[in-house]
Amino acid sequence: MGHFEKKSAKTSQDVPTSAMPDVVFMLLIFFMVTTVLREVTLQVKVDFTEAENIEKIEQKRLVSYIYVGPQKLSGNKLGPVKIQIDDSIIDDVSAVRNIMYDKLKEEPRLIVSLRVHDEAEFGKVTDIQEELREAGTLRVNYSTKQEQPGGG
Amino acid sequence: MFGRDREREDPEVGGAGMADIAFLLLIFFLLVTTIDVDTGIGLQLPPAPEEEQEPPPIKKRNMMKILVNEQGQVLMGTEETEPTPVTQVKQKLKDFVTNRGQDPSLSDSPDKAIVSIKTQRATPYNVYINMLDEVMGAYAELRNQASQSNYGVPYKRLDEGSEKQKKIQDMYPKKISIAEPNQ
Repeated sequence: MGHFEKKSAKTSQDVPTSAMPDVVFMLLIFFMVTTVLREVTLQVKVDFTEAENIEKIEQKRLVSYIYVGPQKLSGNKLGPVKIQIDDSIIDDVSAVRNIMYDKLKEEPRLIVSLRVHDEAEFGKVTDIQEELREAGTLRVNYSTKQEQPGGG
Repeated sequence: MFGRDREREDPEVGGAGMADIAFLLLIFFLLVTTIDVDTGIGLQLPPAPEEEQEPPPIKKRNMMKILVNEQGQVLMGTEETEPTPVTQVKQKLKDFVTNRGQDPSLSDSPDKAIVSIKTQRATPYNVYINMLDEVMGAYAELRNQASQSNYGVPYKRLDEGSEKQKKIQDMYPKKISIAEPNQ
């Protein structure tokens, strides 16, 4: 009766937000393009094997990886088993020693994580381990996935 | 007419899009951050052999030899190695470590028990890992038992680097050696 609903102004009050998603997408794309992730592009195929009694390595800074597996060739073909450290394929196993020795100099508590394809032969790993012993990087870790207890 | 109305608006930035921005950022970071905790079996390699160094003499009974051969068979034993299914490695190893001098062919005491692992060049990696997993499992169970009976908590609950953990570790030290590969 005596009081009316307060009339809102005839024009809409807010900034048009319809273009907002576009702005955000632009931001998103911008970020996606510009962020450089220090990720290793795997040049060898690594399928992890599974184990039950595994531990986590909390300090990622200490870990450096060695990948061992069949080389990925063009056209989804797999080549012979190769060793990859960081971003390059190592053809000569004895190069592992120097690389790891240098890394150990930088980080004395280095842990070498071996990421080995589960069907690879162990001989390669043996060679690497011998090199690691020479280099003095004695803490190794065999990367595995968590297997559920009781599962075989 | 309408223009005058527009001048009297208080200029506010619409907050509706904020949610979208936040969500997108969230999604972006979700995609980008790799929470990749490396898990695996840790092992300490033996140091490089010194020249002209004789390995210290070890009684046969205190050394459990485990050999994984090219066919992926596991052979283990202190005197003569015999084929063992991978699933039994854990139990055999536990018997070996906790023998405490009873059986003359097994270890004198847990702290003298040594596991020596030997492989061949063509040993499949996954068999090796399964075997190593069993070995680690044996020690984990033994330590768990000791921790439960002494402190009433599982081994995992003991603080890292605490006195109690050290005690348990000294009770069942992991002495795993990687034998020199035979070429």
